[in-house]
Amino acid sequence: MYQYNDDDQTLINERVTQYRGQTERYLKGDLGEDEFRALRLMNGLYVQTHAPMLRVAGPYGLLSSKQLRMLAHVARKYDKSYAHITTRQNIQFNWPDLKDVPDILADLASVQMHSIQTSGNCLRNTTTDHLAGVCTDEIEDPRPYCEIIRQWTILHPEFAYLPRKFKIAVSGSEQDRAATQLHDIGLHIVKNDQGELGFRVLVGGGLGRTPVIGKVIRPFLEKKHLLSYLEAIVRVYNLNGRRDNKYKARIKILVKESGIEQMTEWVEAEWQQIKEGMEVSDERIAEIQAHFTPPTYESDAEQDSSFAANQAQSAAFSTWVKYNTADHKIAGYRAAFVSLKAPDVAPGDVTDEQLDAIANLADQYSFGEARNTHRQNIVLADIKQADLFELWKKLDALSLATPNIGTATDMICCPGLDFCALANAGSIDIAKEINDALDNIDYLHDIGDLKINMSGCMNGCAHQSVGHIGILGVDKKGVEWYQLTLGGSSENEAALGERLGPALAKDQVTQAVSTILDVYLKQRLDEEAFLDTVKRVGVTPFKEAIY
Amino acid sequence: MKIIKDKQIIEDSWQHIADETELVDGDITVSLSRWQQQTTELANHKGNIGIRLAPADIVEDISKDLEKISLIALEFPAFTDGRSFTQARLLRSRYGFEGEVRAIGSYMPDQVFYLMRVGVNSFQLGSEKETETALSTMNDFTVKYQASTH
Repeated sequence: MYQYNDDDQTLINERVTQYRGQTERYLKGDLGEDEFRALRLMNGLYVQTHAPMLRVAGPYGLLSSKQLRMLAHVARKYDKSYAHITTRQNIQFNWPDLKDVPDILADLASVQMHSIQTSGNCLRNTTTDHLAGVCTDEIEDPRPYCEIIRQWTILHPEFAYLPRKFKIAVSGSEQDRAATQLHDIGLHIVKNDQGELGFRVLVGGGLGRTPVIGKVIRPFLEKKHLLSYLEAIVRVYNLNGRRDNKYKARIKILVKESGIEQMTEWVEAEWQQIKEGMEVSDERIAEIQAHFTPPTYESDAEQDSSFAANQAQSAAFSTWVKYNTADHKIAGYRAAFVSLKAPDVAPGDVTDEQLDAIANLADQYSFGEARNTHRQNIVLADIKQADLFELWKKLDALSLATPNIGTATDMICCPGLDFCALANAGSIDIAKEINDALDNIDYLHDIGDLKINMSGCMNGCAHQSVGHIGILGVDKKGVEWYQLTLGGSSENEAALGERLGPALAKDQVTQAVSTILDVYLKQRLDEEAFLDTVKRVGVTPFKEAIY
Repeated sequence: MKIIKDKQIIEDSWQHIADETELVDGDITVSLSRWQQQTTELANHKGNIGIRLAPADIVEDISKDLEKISLIALEFPAFTDGRSFTQARLLRSRYGFEGEVRAIGSYMPDQVFYLMRVGVNSFQLGSEKETETALSTMNDFTVKYQASTH
């Protein structure tokens, strides 16, 4: 993974000093509430219902074991001994003291971590495929480009006060696992007719109140123009994006109101002016790629016979392998998911002890690295098949081996009313209820691939509009209500879910989810997945069963 | 009123003339629309001329007049309006303006470092205290990633 050089380290150290000064001025009363708000947000610090919330950047999700241990330390020393993995592959702490944040940032800086631009109306943490570099359908590893983009975004002086937040995602594989069609800018590594690799550039996708699927603004961009093209898009947005209404300020609204043709014209004209001066050289790309060379895999990993034998002997292990591991480009290796979706914990939460343990497992089995996923789990990406049985036993002892990845209980869930100052409705308690209702693992596996996404307000942090089943909490006269959608997807065939009917009362939500699953089981043909059934039969049968 | 120019605190010689106010001799700034309406009259002005750009003003609209202008003041209606950052950058890198680029209006001392990096070289802040704070932030960072900016 990328290792900081002296300049990288100096920059984040100086950022800590700067933020310490800002915090001191605020606490002394020299910096107003609104001003400090903007400054702290650009350092990932929100003030929430109970306490501040600090969001630490997980650069495109990648973490070293050393960094995992530091996160455990921060959770223990400054928080209530747990952390939360977010849909932007970041890490959140829900209970730090505002005055401690400079110290937390100093601790994080000692392991090359920071919270720069994890919030605020600026360029946010770039995300990518959690299986980057190891998946079997990869065109090219996207992480070096993510790092190039990371460096371009960090403390970019021109784009720190944009109309609204700005999110970029990169995918390097056939199957889009980074939801690139639902980002302000989505980049997809593609091969052109000449066999050259470059980027398909999408713009104006996004979730939240007005979910929109991104549109192609350039079908093929040469790699050397990556940064100039991004700069052109963001500059056009900075100058033309709406600032009169924060709910209409994202670039998706600009694209919608001006039209993709006009947007393309603006961006291409701007790009022509700057492309020559901002080229990313082959040498520069190679230099960053050198940080992402594959680890030394064992060439005879596939010779092992214990893997098959253990699966034959242990049904539980075999089930875990089926659901919680993914194919790896090297024969004899698999990527293993650490499920943060055990039935009795809030989705995406992980304790300090678990973080320390995951760090140890990463060191022992996976070249000292781990990745956060946008579905709020952790991946150990390079596990030898001979080690999987032991890894499973250890994860199981840590309550991190619930075999539910990609199933109904692998829910994306925001912190909801319990923590978030923006939320209108609870989400964690509903997740718990659904979990209780689906506690039969065989039933869960029979249902199969299903993505339930649940947000406690219109801001849609949990991407409910692209959930196969989306649940959105709304407030009606002080009472929590829930709007259900069906058929959303953030993958290649990106789609926004269709509304099922009027919002449901809180005590009807779990029953409705069960009803939806029953209808699916009745309607499905052979091995048809949930999403395919919904596409084929439409929402009517589901609607009729619920209302 | 004291301002910061090229990292030094100096006494300001400029007067910002509102659109409805009569012109006075000396160094003055006027809005872009006034400049466009009274170009001939302003050509005979005794003193230096500066133009104030509001965030919605298009920088290209004054690109041909830049030789006649000694100062461009970027006016922040609110510190959250980031368009001035792009305006500064375009003035310097695209249109080659070498005169004074000044930030005025509602912005924070904490934005001064980024403003310097996009080419602003003078700062008129709300108070002496803010001016001192701004001056102290000017060396916050010794490294940067974006090669194409200052």
